This record gives sequence, C-alpha cells and structure tokens, in this order.
Amino acid sequence: MIGGLFIYNHKGEVLISRVYRDDIGYVAQRSFMVTSCIKPATLFNVNLFVCRRNAVDAFRVNVIHARQQVRSPVTNIARTSFFHVKRSNIWLAAVTKQNVNAAMVFEFLYKMCDVMTAYFGKISEENIKNNFVLIYELLDEILDFGYPQNSETGALKTFITQQGIKGQTKEEQSQITSQVTGQIGWRREGIKYRRNELFLDVLESVNLLMSPQGQVLSAHVSGRVVMKSYLSGMPECKFGMNDKIVIDKQGKGGDLYAFCCSGKQSIAIDDCTFHQCVRLSKFDSERSISFIPPDGEYELMRYRTTKDIILPFRVIPLVREVGRTKLEVKVVIKSNFKPSLLAQKIEVRIPTPLNTSGVQVICMKGKAKYKASENAIVWKIKRMAGMKESQISAEIELLPTNDKKKWARPPISMNFEVPFAPSGLKVRYLKVFESKLNYSDHDVIKWVRYIGRSGIYETRC
Amino acid sequence: MTDSKYFTTNKKGEIFELKAELNNEKKEKRKEAVKKVIAAMTVGKDVSSLFPDVVNCMQTDNLELKKLVYLYLMNYAKNQPDMAIMAVNSFVKDCEDPNPLIRALAVRTMGCIRVDKITEYLCEPLRKCLKDEDPYVRKTAAVCVAKLHDINAQMVEDQGFLDSLRDLIADSNPMVVANAVAALSEISESHPNSNLLDLNPQNINKLLTALNECTEWGQIFILDCLSNYNPKDEREAQSICERVTPRLSHANSAVVLSAVKVLMKFLELLPKDSDYYNTLLKKLSPPLVTLLSGEPEVQYVALRNINLIVQKRPEILKQEIKVFFVKYNDPIYVKLEKLDIMIRLASQANIAQVLAELKEYATEVDVDFVRKAVRAIGRCAIKVEQSAERCVSTLLDLIQTKVNYVVQEAIVVIRDIFRKYPNKYESIIATLCENLDSLDEPDARAAMIWIVGEYAERIDNADELLESFLEGFHDESTQVQLTLLTAIVKLFLKKPSETQELVQQVLSLATQDSDNPDLRDRGYIYWRLLSTDPVTAKEVVLSEKPLISEETDLIEPTLLDELICHIGSLASVYHKPPNAFVEGSHGIHRKHLPVQHSSIDTGESPVSSGPAANIEQTHVIPSQGDLLGDLLNLDLGPRSTCPRCPPCRWGLWTLTVLIACNSVLLLQVWLPAVKAKGLEISGTFTRRQGQMYMDMTFTNKALQHMTDFAVQFNKNSFGVIPTSPLPVHTPLMPNQNIELSLPLNTIGPVMKMDPLNNLQVHTAHETKSKAVILTFFPIYFSERQVFLATWKDIPNENELQYQIKECHLNADTVSGKLQNSNIYTIAKRNVEGQDMLYQSLKLTNGIWILAELRIQPGNPNYTLSLKCRAPEVSQYIYQTYDSILKT
Repeated sequence: MIGGLFIYNHKGEVLISRVYRDDIGYVAQRSFMVTSCIKPATLFNVNLFVCRRNAVDAFRVNVIHARQQVRSPVTNIARTSFFHVKRSNIWLAAVTKQNVNAAMVFEFLYKMCDVMTAYFGKISEENIKNNFVLIYELLDEILDFGYPQNSETGALKTFITQQGIKGQTKEEQSQITSQVTGQIGWRREGIKYRRNELFLDVLESVNLLMSPQGQVLSAHVSGRVVMKSYLSGMPECKFGMNDKIVIDKQGKGGDLYAFCCSGKQSIAIDDCTFHQCVRLSKFDSERSISFIPPDGEYELMRYRTTKDIILPFRVIPLVREVGRTKLEVKVVIKSNFKPSLLAQKIEVRIPTPLNTSGVQVICMKGKAKYKASENAIVWKIKRMAGMKESQISAEIELLPTNDKKKWARPPISMNFEVPFAPSGLKVRYLKVFESKLNYSDHDVIKWVRYIGRSGIYETRC
Repeated sequence: MTDSKYFTTNKKGEIFELKAELNNEKKEKRKEAVKKVIAAMTVGKDVSSLFPDVVNCMQTDNLELKKLVYLYLMNYAKNQPDMAIMAVNSFVKDCEDPNPLIRALAVRTMGCIRVDKITEYLCEPLRKCLKDEDPYVRKTAAVCVAKLHDINAQMVEDQGFLDSLRDLIADSNPMVVANAVAALSEISESHPNSNLLDLNPQNINKLLTALNECTEWGQIFILDCLSNYNPKDEREAQSICERVTPRLSHANSAVVLSAVKVLMKFLELLPKDSDYYNTLLKKLSPPLVTLLSGEPEVQYVALRNINLIVQKRPEILKQEIKVFFVKYNDPIYVKLEKLDIMIRLASQANIAQVLAELKEYATEVDVDFVRKAVRAIGRCAIKVEQSAERCVSTLLDLIQTKVNYVVQEAIVVIRDIFRKYPNKYESIIATLCENLDSLDEPDARAAMIWIVGEYAERIDNADELLESFLEGFHDESTQVQLTLLTAIVKLFLKKPSETQELVQQVLSLATQDSDNPDLRDRGYIYWRLLSTDPVTAKEVVLSEKPLISEETDLIEPTLLDELICHIGSLASVYHKPPNAFVEGSHGIHRKHLPVQHSSIDTGESPVSSGPAANIEQTHVIPSQGDLLGDLLNLDLGPRSTCPRCPPCRWGLWTLTVLIACNSVLLLQVWLPAVKAKGLEISGTFTRRQGQMYMDMTFTNKALQHMTDFAVQFNKNSFGVIPTSPLPVHTPLMPNQNIELSLPLNTIGPVMKMDPLNNLQVHTAHETKSKAVILTFFPIYFSERQVFLATWKDIPNENELQYQIKECHLNADTVSGKLQNSNIYTIAKRNVEGQDMLYQSLKLTNGIWILAELRIQPGNPNYTLSLKCRAPEVSQYIYQTYDSILKT
C-alpha cells in the first residue's frame, strides 16, 4: 500500500510529508535550503540519495528537477515507486515499495485534490502552507497505514472542522461514525433546505473527423450529467433518460414518453460510469439509475455514444491551388439544428501553409483574421441560429519555395457551444422520494440544462 | 489567521524559543508552538530534541492539539523509545474515551508508533477496539492489526488477533469488512501458504454482499482479494462474475480495473462455447474504452493494462482501434502506449486507417514518439502482408524527408521487412544507399551494412560502400564491427574475384588488431572456413535464414499470465513480476491463472482441452532480472520448486533406475523453464549395453530461438564425465524440443563432494541476448560388481544400521528384486529363524560396500547393516535399498 505522501512546490521544496510505512525510509530531515545546492539529476546523485534512503530528495532530483519532460507518471527509483500528479505548480507524490494497486493510488491522489479544493479552494503553495495542519489531519483520516478510507468531503466536513469536536453529544458522535463507515458515506443526515431544488446539467462534447467529401470518419460524444442537489433529508432519487435499452424494454405502446417523442426516440449508449452513490447492481439488472445523492454539486454519470450523433455543424471546404504561389480557399459552414436554437462561441480555424506571405479574407458573418503565428485563419462568429449557412473565402499568397515536400493540409477545426445534447440524450425524469419528511416529488423544483460543446471537431480539406 | 507564518521562522535560537513556548501556561500559545514544531518537521529540520516538551502537551482535551502531538510522536518516537513510553498512559486512557472518534484516533496512532515497548501496551486496547460497538473504531482497529503485524508478526499470532480479524469478515458494517479484508490480504502475503483468508463459498458470499455497500476503496480491497480466489467449478465462477460485472460501471477507474482483473481470471474457467463467456467478453470492452477518457495518469495505467489484455484476449478490443488513435494534447507517455496498442490491434481490416495515422505521427516533434511511429509502420508491414507494399512506400516517403532520426529508424525496420519478404522490395536499395552518410547510430549502420552484404550481388558498388565503413573500423561499436565482418565475407563469397583484398583487410582488422574476443573468434572462424573449404563456407555463411516472426515485443506467455493476475497493480504498469521490484517477503508469492477443470461429460481428453498445456505454461516465467539475478538464484537448483517432482524423491528415482538398468523411464524435469529464461531441461540416466547415458530433452519455451548449447560436469564423487560434446547443432526454435543422449564415462577425476551424490551439470546455451544460463543438479550413480570380501577388513565404526520399514516380502523375493537391480546376494543364512542376506556392490569410483540384510518372518521391518570404507555413501545405499524394495 501507499508508504508515504508528499506535497512539493515547483522548486521541489517539501510542503507536506506524511510517512505511513517504514519501508520507504525516514523523511528527509533536511531543510529546503539544501535544495539549491543540489545539482541536476545525475546518476551519482541518484545513488547518493538512495543510500541515504531519502525518498523525498530522490523524487525531487529525478522528477521535479529532471531536465527531460516527464516520461511517465510512475517512476521507479531504486525499487521505490513514485506516483505523481501535478496541479498548477504543486506536485503530489505517493511513494511505495510494494506492488500496490496503481490505479487506486492515482484515483486517491485525485480524490485528495478534490478534498483539499473542497476545504480551502485552489491548490496553491500559499493555500497549502496556510492549511498544513488541516491537511495533516485530513491525511490522517483518509489514509490509514496507506489504505484509503472514506474520503467523501460531505462526511469529512462533519468532523474535521478545525474547530475541535468537544461540543458534540453522544448521538451526534455516533451519527458521525455511522455516516463515515456507513453505506451512504457521501451524505450526512439531517440536511434541511427550505426550498428543495435540484439542477441537472447535461454536458456533452462532440468529436468529429470528417473527410473533405463529407464522409464521417469518426464521431463520438462523451457526456457528463452533473447534478446540483439541495434536498432535505435522505432523498431517494431515480433518474431516467431516453436510453434505448430501457425504452425498448418498456415497449412503445405503454410508454407515454415514447409516444410523445417524434423523430429520434432513444439513444444507444456505448458505455457509462456512475458516481459511487448509484446502485450499480440495480443498473446492471434493471438498468434503472437509483441513488441517494450527495449534497451539493457532483458528477452523477459519464457516458459515451457513437451512434446517430447530431452533428451541429457541417464544414464544407474547397481549396484550389492557383499556380505555385496562390491558394484559394472557400469554406462553408452549415448549422444543422432547430432554427429556434442559437449556437454560440463559434470559431473556425483554417490552417494555412508555412510559406504564406499574405491573406485576403472576405466573410459575410462574424470576424476573420489571419494569424501568422498560428499559421491559420481564425474566423469567429458570436451567434448563429439553426438551419443557416455562412461562408468565408480567402486568397492566400504564397512565397515560392524549393521545398519539394507538399503541404500536408492539416484539417479545419471548429469550436462551438450549442444548447442541446448532440447525442440526443434527453432527461425523462428525476424523481425524488423522501418518505420521512413532508415534501413530495412535486414540491421539488427541478432545472435541466443541455450544453453541447465541440471536442475535437475536424474536417479534412 | 493563516498557518503559513510557521514556515517562515528561520532564526538561530529557534529551538530554544520553541521550548519556552511549548511550556507556556496558556493553551493557545502551546498549540501555536506545536504547530511551529510540525512545520519545522515538515521542511526537514530536526526538532527531536523537543520531544519531552511536546509530549507534555498531550494531556489536553483539545482534539486538534492532540492530533498534532500524535503526528509528532509518530515521526520521532522511534528515535526516542524511552521517552515514547511517557505517552503510553495517555493512549491507553484515550482508548477508553466515550467518544468513538477519540478511541479510534488513539488506536490508529498507537499502531503507527513503531516502538517495541509501546506495542506491548497496545495489545489490550486493540483487543477491546476490535470488539468495539462503534463500527468506526472497529474499522480502524482492523487496519491496526496489519500495522502491528508489520512490527511484530509473532505477537499478532500469539495474541489471536488473526482470528479476531477473520471474525470481522462477517461484520455487519461493510467498511469494517473491507478493512479486515485489506489487512488480512496484506498479512497473508507474508505467509503465502497459510490459508489466512480462508476463502470459501460462504466467505465469498459475504464479501460479494459487502462489495455492493462499501466505499469505492473498500470495493477495490474486496475485488483484489476476490481475484485470489479459485472457484471450484465454472458454475461458481459464473455466479461470482455475474455479481462483479456491475462494478464495471463505477466511476472510479481502480474499481473498474480490479473488476476486470477478477473477470479476466475467471474467464479461464468458463467454457469457451458458452453464451455467458461471449457476453462477458462483450461486456469487458466498453469499460476499458471508457478508462481512456479519464485523467492522463489513469489513462496511462489503463493503457499499460490494455496492452496485456490485448495480448491475452485480442478479441475484446479488436473493433476499437480508433480509440487508441493519438490525440494532439495527450501527454507523451500516453501517446507512446497508444501506439503500442495500435500495432497490436492492426489487422487487414483496419490497416489503411492505421497507416494513415502512423504517417501523421511520423511528422510530430517528439523524437521518441516519431521513432516509435516509424518502427510501427515497419511492424505493420511485417504483420499484415497485404499492407507491406504500402508500408514500404510510406517508409520511402519518410526517408525522403531526410530527417536524420527518421531515416535511421526507417532503415532499421526496412531490414526486417527484407527478412520477412525476401526478393520483393530490393528495388528500393538504391534509395537507401543514398542516405549512407547520414547514418550515425550503430543500429542503423548495422542494418544498412547487413542490407548491403545480403544483397551484394545486386549492388554494383557494394565493395566501395563496405570499404567506406572499414576506414573507421575501430571506432565502430561491436555490433557494427560484427555485421561488417559478416557482410564483407558474404560479399567475398558472392564476388570473390574483386574483393579478395577487402576480405583480407577486414579479417586482419578483426583478428589481429582487435581485442574484442567475440570479434576475433568470428574473424578466425571465417578465415579458417574460407581458407580450408570455400564451398562449405558458402553453405554456412549464405545459408537460408529462418523467417522472422510476425509479432514482436510480445510478453512471454507465462509472464503474461502472471501479469494478468496483477491487473491494475504496479506489476502490470511495469510489465514485470512483483518480485522484480519488491523487496522482502511481500509479493514473492507467484500468482497463476486458474486452470479449468476438464469435465468428464465433454469427453475431451485432458491433453487436448488445453488445461494441460496451461499447466506447462504457467511454470515458464523467465526471470526478468539481469544475469546477476540468475546467478543469485542458482542455489535453488536442486531444491527445485517444480511441483510435480519433489526434489528428494527424484534423486532416489534416478538411482533406482540406474541400478535396474536397460529400462526406459519417465524423464524428470531437472531444470524448469522458469529458472532458465525459457529453456526447460528434463532428463534421466540410463544404461544401455554397459554404457551409461544421460538422456535429456531440451525444450525451448521462450519466444526466441536458442543456440550454442554446451555441457560440462563438475569434478564429482564418481568421476562421471561426458564422452562427447552436446550433439545439438541446429538452433532450437520456440516451442521445439530435442531429445538427445549423451554417453558418459567414469574415467574423469574423482573428487569427494558434499553431499556425495552431488553431480553438477552445467549446461549453457546462448540466447540471442548472449545470457549464459548455468544450472546445477545432482545425480546418483552406482555400478554393480560382484565381489567377495571379508567383513572384518573394514573397521567396526564404519558399520551403519538402517531400518527398512513396512516391507512385506520374503527373503527370496527380496533377493530376486535386488538381483534385478544388479545387487547380487553372495550368501544367505538362517540364524535363529531370521534370514540373513549378504550382498556387495561397487561404485564406479571404486568404493566397495558390503551389506547384511536381516529379515525376520512376520516382522515388516528389516534391518540393513552396511559396512564401507567411506561411510558417507551408506546413507544413499540405504535409500536405494529402500526404494528398490518398495517398488
């Protein structure tokens, strides 16, 4: 299991060090003032440090101060393995000498970042120094002898408060412990809101690679359902979407939803993963998504689809080489969604050859500019409604070169944001049941929002 | 208020000041001071001298302060064990606190203080906490048992904590179960044979129930533990799989990977034609793809694992090649891994896409990545024959770019393509030759030289080209020198008239001016060959080469199987077995894939159904270590771990058979492939027409061919030596085996060995990597000679008596049995109702043994008295008698 955990700043100074196991050797009892004297990584230094069983320094010398780009997030230095993740300027490193579950170590490091962010905001050197006592306290709680323990912020915040826990009554204490160890470790009891409210965000990023002739080479949507819940008590929720498997099972006759829906009724989900609050065995057997949500914001599910994706934009490129020193480019974009909807933040990036000397652009809508430093024409449109089209034409002057190699013609890429889910996913319902408190599903105010963004959205030309 | 100010004090008299503050009357001041101490500790200052002052602050009801003091204690108690005792009282008291959080804190911290004296006091509180009413305390206590075991394993066993821990598996709280499982798993790693976890169907059921309810981390502990279970039949395997599959949708990638591990292991047990087997395979693919949308570090772990899974079961991801296409902003480590998997998944169906991608990658910036992409194009050509032409033209395009490292990498892979498809693409040689000057890496130079030598007859100026390399011969690396030598000899054999001078030159450079023994040897061999028999030389040097295999960089199948058992763990990231990077007792226990029990009703013979082959394979785990590692393992030789032939028995076996002569017997595995990089040697000793033979079978269980076998015996007690070299001339191809018989003689020097029957046979073979593997194994040897001598000649102290137990034979049968084994009875007497048999034997090294066997009718125990000038051998003679009489 994890033998120790260290947090470094960008200079390699230790901000936090917690050793769980003897085998990784005692923490460097050396101040960071020594750091500046240490020369860049050499084999000699590696050995030197290993001899001193000095895990902290070994990592600094070999990873943080390494001249090369990091070649692997797991480094083995003298039979000691270092796992690291970097958040802005801060390095988090877990150290072990055993054959640990590597995926778990990384997941733990991410979790650790989440917990710290939830407690004191951005992970920065200053914040870490300001909260080092708290971090030690958290580390003591969420990692015992290198085994990750309950690390849900909701639960942790009930008893790691930096205020002491003197005032608690016996009932409160046992409530804390039963929550920390219980089946619903992510939510504490006794939450009360005057207004029961929940927000569902369906966030999708649509990825496309299209041939110049308009043939889809690859397309997929990766989506997330993010939920913000402000619900009292321990509500039991049930989430429903237009999952093809569910709809098919219910049959068209019986289901009102299926009847109402025109056009695309259901979507085939390739794969999805859920927050730990979702009862996976129930999903596996009945494909129903039921859970008791954490309080506040969290990611309920992630999913991936590849079939029947609505491509919000179609890019039609036309590139003509006029002689050796001139290129004529015409690009048409067509929006392909309901006219009532508006796409935003549209940006089309048309690559230009390296030997471009000048560009003249004419566009009917938005603004276009040739950016020499990026070797591209960047065309920006603020808003665009559905079922419209717009076009840009450009004349590119080229310098004559001796280079025999032809220009590779990188693909035209696009960015945008649309107010619907390109996968076709629809939230059918989110039912809330709380039998102990006197509010019903109807009393809960629910908000649903769909945002589709471009991932890597490219058309070859 | 911020705490960062504690980091900034830097004064000289700091420690002194802190001391004063720690003893301040005001609580708040003391707390501030402890914070400063912890800050100093974090940055690596030595604050151990403040130990008594800090411990004084421990008696407080401020929990935050208490935690800080505990943190300090954990760090420094080891340096000051006597002082640490001061804290014990406080701990013991806290373990009784009404607040469960404090009880847990105390027991958790106490376990972290690794001082023997403190652990003694820990036992009682721990025992109570293991039975605490509060689950939070119990789950902390469960981990504490593992801590204590790490400090003092004996104490944990003596105090019965292991049983308490086992009881916790049935706990009502899922998190307690998970921690107990984690603790037990860790403890059982240091006792590989003890059945600590006691995984039986009832316990498994409890674990599966807890799996649905505990935290994500707990699920990982439980899944990792489940993967060590061997279900008794396919039905059980299937029912476990059914309950594990829902975990594949968990957001935590470690839960997913651990579930994949369980499923991959149990798949082995499911019948391949069943519906469930195929459904399960289909279910595995989407979660693996989803792992690739995680954070880059997890992607990396996932990709390393997918690399293994693709090798083990390519069908799972064969449709998914697109997800392994490299994205522009992937970190380099993700890119490199994706590339590897792309090549593994490349097939005729998707090769066009793959090639288009690879071509893109070859124009990127990262040198390593570009090189790997170029290599990948070559590998595609070798793997998918239909694409070879396109690959070659792509490579040619890349060579045209004149980017130095791209060109060099391309030439290396083109050599392999030539090997795979001889006489097909030689037209491009001219283009390659244009780039001769830009090659500065040994690999690329060697590849180019090989190509020139191999196709010397088609290259008009081959001699000029090779000559140009010869100028700086001594500056070249050995690899280039060797290749150049061979290439020039090839050239000479093809165009002898024009190149005589050149070959003379290179031979003299290699033999006279070089001090590299390999080079000199090869030079002399060529020289001798060329000067004595040019026709043979042609046959040898220009012989047809074996085809190269399609897949490269494959992991040895047995290692792969072991790594599959470690999915998700570091071993799967490093692609090395745990003992290659873990010290001490942890992880030494080797894991195997479960073996399907062949069911009777299918009517399959066990050999054809695969499991048998599986058993074979699971033992072939080439040690990953370097040569040094092998040498260190040598002492394991005779006490072989091969489960089918307990070492103490086969020594006897051999002996028995030797004496029985002329018999054909089963070969025994002398050297399991595990120990010798895939070379398995089994053998036995026999006697045919009065001549001794060592019959051996060499089996190559590695992926590459082996050559250059040799055998050598040590000086042994019996003067056994081989009379001819090992008759192995051809290279041993993968999965091929050869049987050979080595005649032995006993005229060699005799040297007394301890133990006496220790004959060490060194077999050596040279793998491609030139690692020489040495192995040792003892044999036993004896020869019959009827001899009559006086018992009295040998002093009485040399007489040894043995009991042969439980033998129900009469004197005549005994005599007959021994005679069959060439032990002749010289005389037989009947004294007081007992049968006395007198026998004698002589060993090859001239040692005489006289034996008296007393058989009492009705008594199954015989008494054997042996007299011999060298009493050391008596023990072995007794064992021989024993085994002869009992077979």
